Amino acid sequence: METPVLEVEDLSISFTQYAHGAGRRELPVIKGLDLTIQPGEISAVVGSSGSGKSLLAHALLGLLPYNASCTGTIRYRGQPLTEKRSEQLRGKEIVLVPQSVNFLDPLMQVGPQLARGRKNRKEKIRAVLARYGLGRETEDLYPFELSGGMARRVLISSAVLEKPSLVIADEPTPGLDGPSAKRILGHFRELADEGAAVLFITHDLELALTAADRVAVFYAGVTVEECPAAGFGCQAHHPYTAALWRAMPGNGFTPIPGSQPYPGQEGKGCPFAPRCDRRTEGCTGAIPIRREGRNYIRCVREGVVP
Amino acid sequence: MKYRYNRRKRTFLLLLLCVALLAAVAVSGVLLAQDAARTDFSIKNQMPSRAHLFGTDWMGRDMLSRTLTGLSMSIRIGLATAVVSAVVSLLLGSAAALSRRADHIVTYCIDLVMGVPHILLLILVSLACGKGLTGVVVGVTLTHWTSLARVLRGEILQLRSAPYIQVAAKLGQSKWAIARRHLLPHLLPQFLTGLVLQFPHAILHESSLTFLGFGLSPEQPAIGNILSEGMSYLTTGKWWLALFPGLALVITVALFAALGEGVRRLLDPATAHE
Amino acid sequence: MKLEGNNLTFRYRKDRKPVLEGVSISVESGERLGLVGPSGRGKTTLCRLLAGYEKPTSGEVLLDGKPLSAWKGPCPVQLLWQNPETAVDPRMKMEQVLAEGGPVAPSLLEALGIQPDWLTRWPGELSGGELQRFCIARALGPATQILLCDEMSAMLDYITQAQLWRVVLDEAKRRNLGLLVVSHAGKLLQQVCTRTIAL
Repeated sequence: METPVLEVEDLSISFTQYAHGAGRRELPVIKGLDLTIQPGEISAVVGSSGSGKSLLAHALLGLLPYNASCTGTIRYRGQPLTEKRSEQLRGKEIVLVPQSVNFLDPLMQVGPQLARGRKNRKEKIRAVLARYGLGRETEDLYPFELSGGMARRVLISSAVLEKPSLVIADEPTPGLDGPSAKRILGHFRELADEGAAVLFITHDLELALTAADRVAVFYAGVTVEECPAAGFGCQAHHPYTAALWRAMPGNGFTPIPGSQPYPGQEGKGCPFAPRCDRRTEGCTGAIPIRREGRNYIRCVREGVVP
Repeated sequence: MKYRYNRRKRTFLLLLLCVALLAAVAVSGVLLAQDAARTDFSIKNQMPSRAHLFGTDWMGRDMLSRTLTGLSMSIRIGLATAVVSAVVSLLLGSAAALSRRADHIVTYCIDLVMGVPHILLLILVSLACGKGLTGVVVGVTLTHWTSLARVLRGEILQLRSAPYIQVAAKLGQSKWAIARRHLLPHLLPQFLTGLVLQFPHAILHESSLTFLGFGLSPEQPAIGNILSEGMSYLTTGKWWLALFPGLALVITVALFAALGEGVRRLLDPATAHE
Repeated sequence: MKLEGNNLTFRYRKDRKPVLEGVSISVESGERLGLVGPSGRGKTTLCRLLAGYEKPTSGEVLLDGKPLSAWKGPCPVQLLWQNPETAVDPRMKMEQVLAEGGPVAPSLLEALGIQPDWLTRWPGELSGGELQRFCIARALGPATQILLCDEMSAMLDYITQAQLWRVVLDEAKRRNLGLLVVSHAGKLLQQVCTRTIAL
């Protein structure tokens, strides 16, 4: 087997925060995250808002705020990804396709923005923009003049200028209609086919299943499951994944009560236990990881078919 | 708790310390007013000693008492001018934000005042008001309302177009309720911070105005007067007459600046939780 | 009740192409209307016009035949949008945010999955999904007759989405509310709406 582009093992991130008055507390936001991505693969991290999934992207890029602390290992191409190394690699080998146009400089036209101050890049930029169906005229537009889909493609162009080997896409398609979103996802598939690894962070399971090869499901800072996207819904899953599947508008639209616990209030054991219909007494203890090849489920019981 | 004093606590303690020191200076100056005026020619022109920490002047007055009285005067004038100019800023800033016409007029005034060198305007206003206390207060107020007014105007304009304020109006909240529940909590920190940061400016300008002879009358024990008198004795080797009062003024101003910065850090939502 | 937009045209500046041109639409009590269309076609602008957040360049918005602006007090037309973060005052505790829409039944809070201790938190301490629950509770005040949902659940996971829509649909049926639902998700509109139109 090839060396994975990215291996994340038992990653935990917590924040130091000032509360009311002069109190101070530690907030664990990500706990025991495991993830591997092979070259040529699109791996999706699916989680609801507030599950800590965007923080993962920041950790990989070495962009955590100073009041965050991080434990566990992140390996990039077999070597530990230290803060210094990620600083050297980010923007070149590890790139981010951010959530919104707000990440572009509003006062700079697209062309100069992509050149990042370097002069001899005109041809290269033109070629990349053309690849994503953006003509020469795009170079003279300001970010506010771009439509949602165009802005997204500009962000991708900006990311792939340097032939990255790890592309992190943080919610790259919100606000886009079906065909536009499909087109953007197609671009990520092209990148993967050229050998890059793509980490696709989203809240939308359906989108993740159409775009990705593998899916990691994230709940309250924990990866409860990692499995292939093909055959999803027909295999045994973690109870949260199963509930997520059944809540899709096409699969019954069935909600479950309650809400994701707030960081620091999960209690012991499995964070999903209070909302789980299969919970047992063992759920508050240590949760075993059931592995099967690269797939795993973090649950005291066998997986369930939704 | 891991650390006994975290950053928020430290900031808070620093604030308390500043306030306590400045209050002590203000109060002691009032209590020592008699002392500062007492002349005793048997001890004139003495170097700093244990009995007279800051030395004595050519009339045998204790320089420590004089300095404290002067500073106390400065702080009280600073308080008056800072409060008056902050209130003027608030009124003009909100007027500008609420009507287009007023906005044109107020922004024009802001540009006008900011375009003229402060000290020049101060001298002119002070002279026009017949020098003295009124001149200083009016002068400093007239030159210092602009920056805070601009900040408040911008803040109100931004708030007015904020989605949550539009939602509140749609939910049937009255204009008054929106001003009280939404605008006030956003403006108060800016206002307080602006007010405290006005202090050091007010004090420095009062002192320099008096130093130049356009401010308080020479018989008042203002720090500006002490400094300008001390200046003329510097060449005769009586360095303590200017050094200690000057140093005390710098420290007072620095304390106020630290106070303003501390208030901003505690109230500003961007830094409050870090 | 009937909310009508007649021949609505909207442009941000005179020399610009209009965002909307001559659009007419109507939603009645008891009806759940889905609205689809490609990005950038002005669906959001239409919702803002219908809710009275923006004035049309030409055309009119009528509620029961009266101009929307003529209604006093809490507006019977309420709008929910994709980013609840901007719809709540960051300097207000959640219970105050909620109170702005009038008293809310505890059963509604429970159905929306709002935990009691969230009420004493600041908006910055809650996630988008949690804030949207508050926005829904606030928008479902007693005066509300027509609810406009502009990609209300686009940023939410499926469980939260199903949970929130279940509450909105139950409430709509119980109180005979009119709904206008904007979404790119066809399957969601199938689940939620009685009819769908394209812009």
